[in-house]
Amino acid sequence: MTTDLAVPRTKATDRDRLRRQLQEYGVYLGVAALLIVNILFTPHFLSTENFRTQAVQVAPVLIVALGMALAIGSEGVDLSVGSVMALSTSLISLYLGYGIWMALAAAVLGGAAVGVANGALIAFIGVQPIVATLALMVAGRGIALVLLPQLKDVHDPGMAALGSGDLLGIPYLVLIATALTLLVAFVVRRTTFGRQLLAIGDSRPAARLAGLPVRRVLILVYVASGALAAIAGVLATARLTASDPTSLGTLMELSAITAVVVGGTPLSGGRVRIGGTVAGAVLIQLLTATLIKHDLPPSWTQIAQAVVIILAVYAARERVKR
Amino acid sequence: MTTPTNTPTDAVPPTATAPAPSWQDEATGPARAERLSALAQQHGALVTLIVAVSAASLSFDTFLTTDNLGNMAVSSAFLAVVALGMTFVIITGGIDLSVGSLFALGGVLAAWGSQYGTAVALLLPLAVCALIGLVNGLLIARSRLAPFIVTLAAMLGARGILLAVTDEGSRTYLVDKDSFFAKLGQGEALGIGVPVWITLALFVAGAVTLRRSRFGQYVYAVGGNEDAAALMGAPVARTKIAVYTLSGLCAGLAGALNAAWLVSGVTILGSGMELEAISAVVIGGTLLTGGFGFISGSLVGVLLLKVIQNVINQIGSLDSAYQQVVSGAFLAVVVMAQTWLGRRRRVL
Repeated sequence: MTTDLAVPRTKATDRDRLRRQLQEYGVYLGVAALLIVNILFTPHFLSTENFRTQAVQVAPVLIVALGMALAIGSEGVDLSVGSVMALSTSLISLYLGYGIWMALAAAVLGGAAVGVANGALIAFIGVQPIVATLALMVAGRGIALVLLPQLKDVHDPGMAALGSGDLLGIPYLVLIATALTLLVAFVVRRTTFGRQLLAIGDSRPAARLAGLPVRRVLILVYVASGALAAIAGVLATARLTASDPTSLGTLMELSAITAVVVGGTPLSGGRVRIGGTVAGAVLIQLLTATLIKHDLPPSWTQIAQAVVIILAVYAARERVKR
Repeated sequence: MTTPTNTPTDAVPPTATAPAPSWQDEATGPARAERLSALAQQHGALVTLIVAVSAASLSFDTFLTTDNLGNMAVSSAFLAVVALGMTFVIITGGIDLSVGSLFALGGVLAAWGSQYGTAVALLLPLAVCALIGLVNGLLIARSRLAPFIVTLAAMLGARGILLAVTDEGSRTYLVDKDSFFAKLGQGEALGIGVPVWITLALFVAGAVTLRRSRFGQYVYAVGGNEDAAALMGAPVARTKIAVYTLSGLCAGLAGALNAAWLVSGVTILGSGMELEAISAVVIGGTLLTGGFGFISGSLVGVLLLKVIQNVINQIGSLDSAYQQVVSGAFLAVVVMAQTWLGRRRRVL
């Protein structure tokens, strides 16, 4: 932003630059620190099996966080992602009878439809993203539970292969997450859509005056977020070999926002840091794994995650001097 | 752009580019439409409530019974207290997502504390929840962090504390049924539950504070235009800290009263309550953009939500999943209507 135009070069600006660098690269330092701590103090941490488990577990969170990064980059947020995961798991179970491709299509289309609803509320009616997606967060889980009232086992060879299969030793889940990460990074960096998205996040009035298709871009952002969350729901279903619309994806919006924000994407929009988002998701996963492996109760994980969120946002805060 | 008072330091121009929202600026023709829409915004919820109650009482014999109404009133009371604090927060233009967790935490702390007497049972949850609210307020007002992310973290953190206090949610603390504290939840006066009386008293106090005190004026001023409020000499930071503390306090008190009513501290309560509270406040006519709203509307909003839930419960064939669909859709419709009526298009 342009707020630091008139600041004279003093020690304070040096500190400013240090802080900005910490904000940019702090997440990588955090990941490195956690890795070192774990290698030193956690038994059996340095094994292929363990890294494989961690990577498989981080995949759904990362995929959701990619969509969240797009929403936050457009100066919005998507609170409905957890419910979209629940919706997609319900749709999978309902449509598996028609074949796995039909089920996958139904799940992803369902997520995209929620995205259309979110985007329409935000782009055409002007509802704030928090509220619009909050409404879809409640309604989405409701619809998921109406479609599939309770947990249901998923017996399908295709889904089982998707959840636990691998290619050259790399799990499908990790491959899919990697491919989607590269795709989103390409879209943000190299396409017109990506540039328009960042311009809108930077200043929506300016983007509108410049003649950008603000509404279309916003709708596409939320459609992408919904579709990505639905894919995450599909993968989680495949891994758990069960559809659980009651609890799948609860607090997922929180983990995704944390990953994005910890990764250095500012909540004020206009920037998207995909590498940071990946590192942010890995950081949360490692933090959780570390606490669990040292037999610390789940409550500690929640408190630790809350502290990490606040620290990250605090480090990234924009200084507005009165 | 249109207002000359805007200095270049104004970093958030969207509100400045929109037409000025006050009624006086418009000519006489559109002024009537504006006034009509303001009227719809203020009393729409009340009219809807009356229609819903009439329809429900005509459709179900079981609706207008003393039992059903009494139950509805008591179960509304807890949400209403949470919504009271939320109203202050939303009028300042903020949001508090931590209230559901604080509600649950307050209930568990109250139930645990009740073994040491009523004073502990009330003061402990109030102190802890107010403290968390204070931290929220400090981070939002002094460090200028986004309210939704701070309170989202508080929601996670408070739930974590709750799990730590209850051995990962496995322990339930019971309240002695004959204690004075239990009477606060289960007692009745003039045939109406004590929590309902407490809630009504709090709403009167809240409405007076908002309308008649200097603090209330500051709350509106901060939500209307923070920079203008600061230039005017309003203590912006202190006002924000106060409203988040108040919201935490209200959520803790509601949790304590709920624990007294249930005679136990239930750990799984409160999830989704932030949404219900925000919905109630918004349905009651308070603008999410801040600067405009009223306490009585939030009470109407709570009652409307509870009547809808009650009706869905009465239609036996519909399960509780539909409740979520309906409340989500309802929130979306209300916010859409509000955005249209209020003509406060911040975006686009």
